[in-house]
Amino acid sequence: MSDVTEHGHGHHPFLQHHFEDLGQQHEASTLAMWGFLATEILFFGGVLMAYWVYRISYPEAWALGAHQQNTMYGGLNTIVLIISSLTMALAVRNAQLGSSRGTVLMLILTLIFGSTFLGIKMIEYHMHYTEGLFPGTHWNPMLSEHARHVLTMHPELGPKLQLFMVFYWGMTGLHAVHMVIGAGLLIWMIWRAAKNHFGPEYYGPVEVMGLYWHFVDIVWIFLFPFLYLIPGAHT
Amino acid sequence: MSTATPTLLDVRFGQGVRNYLNEDYGFFSWLLTKDHKRIAILYLISVSIMFVLGGFFAMMMRVELLTPEGDLLTSDTYNKFFTLHGVVMIFFFLIPVIPAVIGNFILPIMLGAKDLAFPKLNLLSWYLYMIAALIGLVVIITGGVDTGWTFYTPFSTQYSNTHVFGTTFAGFIAGFSSILTGLNFIVTTHRMRAPGLTWYRLPLMVWALYATSIVILLATPVLAITLVMLMLERTIGVGIFDPALGGDPVLYQHMFWFYSHPAVYIMILPAMGVASEVVAAFTRKKIFGYSFVAYSSLAIAFLGFLVWAHHMFVAGISTYSAMIFAFLSFCVAVPSAIKVFNWTATLYRASVSWQTPMMYILGFIGLFTIGGVTGLFLAALGLDVHVTDTYFVVAHFHYVMVGGTVMAYLAGIHYWWPKITGKMYPEWWARLAALLVFVGFNLTFFPQFVLGYLGMPRRYHAYAPEFQVLNVLSTAGASVLAVGYILPIVYLIWALKFGRPAGPNPWGAVGLEWTTSSPPPKENFHETPVVSWDAYDYPAMMKAMGETQNV
Repeated sequence: MSDVTEHGHGHHPFLQHHFEDLGQQHEASTLAMWGFLATEILFFGGVLMAYWVYRISYPEAWALGAHQQNTMYGGLNTIVLIISSLTMALAVRNAQLGSSRGTVLMLILTLIFGSTFLGIKMIEYHMHYTEGLFPGTHWNPMLSEHARHVLTMHPELGPKLQLFMVFYWGMTGLHAVHMVIGAGLLIWMIWRAAKNHFGPEYYGPVEVMGLYWHFVDIVWIFLFPFLYLIPGAHT
Repeated sequence: MSTATPTLLDVRFGQGVRNYLNEDYGFFSWLLTKDHKRIAILYLISVSIMFVLGGFFAMMMRVELLTPEGDLLTSDTYNKFFTLHGVVMIFFFLIPVIPAVIGNFILPIMLGAKDLAFPKLNLLSWYLYMIAALIGLVVIITGGVDTGWTFYTPFSTQYSNTHVFGTTFAGFIAGFSSILTGLNFIVTTHRMRAPGLTWYRLPLMVWALYATSIVILLATPVLAITLVMLMLERTIGVGIFDPALGGDPVLYQHMFWFYSHPAVYIMILPAMGVASEVVAAFTRKKIFGYSFVAYSSLAIAFLGFLVWAHHMFVAGISTYSAMIFAFLSFCVAVPSAIKVFNWTATLYRASVSWQTPMMYILGFIGLFTIGGVTGLFLAALGLDVHVTDTYFVVAHFHYVMVGGTVMAYLAGIHYWWPKITGKMYPEWWARLAALLVFVGFNLTFFPQFVLGYLGMPRRYHAYAPEFQVLNVLSTAGASVLAVGYILPIVYLIWALKFGRPAGPNPWGAVGLEWTTSSPPPKENFHETPVVSWDAYDYPAMMKAMGETQNV
């Protein structure tokens, strides 16, 4: 009668008592992550919708905004993130095969690539900030040479350029917050993998973490063209 | 709790035996619990407090409206009171009430599971709710907010001098609380069903909670990002919703209602689930058209996402899009009507027992029908322009949310109270309260339909003298309603100590929750049940009941 509340009857140490077996626990956690990612799509979807409304209304301002971006940094970051997705997938594979060393190595590589991304993002943020492209009280686009050139001819674009930069900072900032959370989860997974928690029977947490990581990458895959590669931006 | 050795009779009625209430004692055994049943109790206490708070604001408004002059409250205070009434009742009562209290308690038991899939997440969701509620209370104590619960721009971003940021932040946090609950319900329904419990054997309450959870999952994040943009705009004022700087205030309305209209279905779908359970139990029949009722929940969840702009017919949207949204709003009435027809068909030639839960549900069916049909009036483009922002709208959504959701919640609380606490409530008092709620509700809100149609605008503390009679009627009704709501709080608490023991199945109802003891043991069932029967299979159930009652 009471054996259901006790552990250690040959159960796997990570089987929670309210699940029947590890398979059920695994399926529950992956479904939950997919469900959570659905909420994330709607979360980013809301702000992307607003972005598109204004992009269609103010194409010139959007092109001007994209011109303020450094495509080299953005492209580099895209490559870095795609590689990090590969190492993340390899980490899951290693966890499934029961190779703790491989899992730890791949997770550390993922963490390094993720941090590289955030580092490059900080350089970009710093550049924008010194060019007066931070919306609000510090807003002063005249500090940016190209923006000054265009804005002297078309001063009416000023507030709309600021609107673009709100979306730029808001969306990349939101994405960066997700990256930081991902990095925290990676550190936790590295710790668990180093303690030999994972194997062919139990690798759910790494797989769920991987789903999250790939999703955050995919968000960037959308943000990069939306913010850096707008037609007419670099002519 | 009795410490004497339980007698055979005690065991029969679940007294003195191990259950989730006497499993553990002490403050922290509740605050750190991962048991879905205890978390449901935590929610029950918190939402009840919020209900009383929201009711206080409503009562103050009704007293102000006794006279045409604005004499009790200044217009500023009145603005704050209707805003706080809306914020408290919608975000902190109506949205969580049935899923987080009744759903939390009953869903895993209905599925034959030991708990929700993620017990810690469940507790976290209660803590998020509490953090949001505390922020809300700080806002109220430090001066309140006056934008209306909809936080329309540009008033909320540029002109209001009240705590818009704090309130929207509280709404943002509360949103994550409901997302976690919805996620937990979806995964639990998919992955934790007992052996043999196929989708078509699920109680309709489970279908309703599942549909609700989908809406929560897909709509709430949009509110979250909208409120983030609103907070950003209010803080740095760069023009996201400000036309002077290129922004568009109507965009805010679109994004707000993309969540807040589906939120209406977050409030009403679980109520429909309760109605199906109670109708079946007190007619001793299978629900007529089970699969239609089940799928209509999903249809409402889907169509509910496509009707948001019917809140914006006077906001300057194009006539063509308004026509499409009017049409889609008519469509969403179809699955709702299917439910009402199926409940009615179940009642047909049934021997209905007039216990309290059934009285509430009969009230629910009638009031929800009125609320729904007047919703069609409002979906009709031309009529809507005439009654927009009048008391007609106020009456309509109170018929749906109070006549619908609150009635069904009270039905559910009475229906499952014996299961939750192991004690019966006093039937006579409960019937009296149900009657008072029904009469008080209609007296409060029916005059408001008339007031609105005659042109009395909502959200003013003063009005033209010719509206006074109807307003006095409405306030009188609100007083009756208040008594009807206070009574259950008193006698349900009384029943905890003095109620007669309920036994495992006081209603003779079918469903897994009635096969376990009352209150249930911590792990819900001593052995995982194996299900081989359909939902509401009363003939089979009666036979089984006959056998066990001879013990």
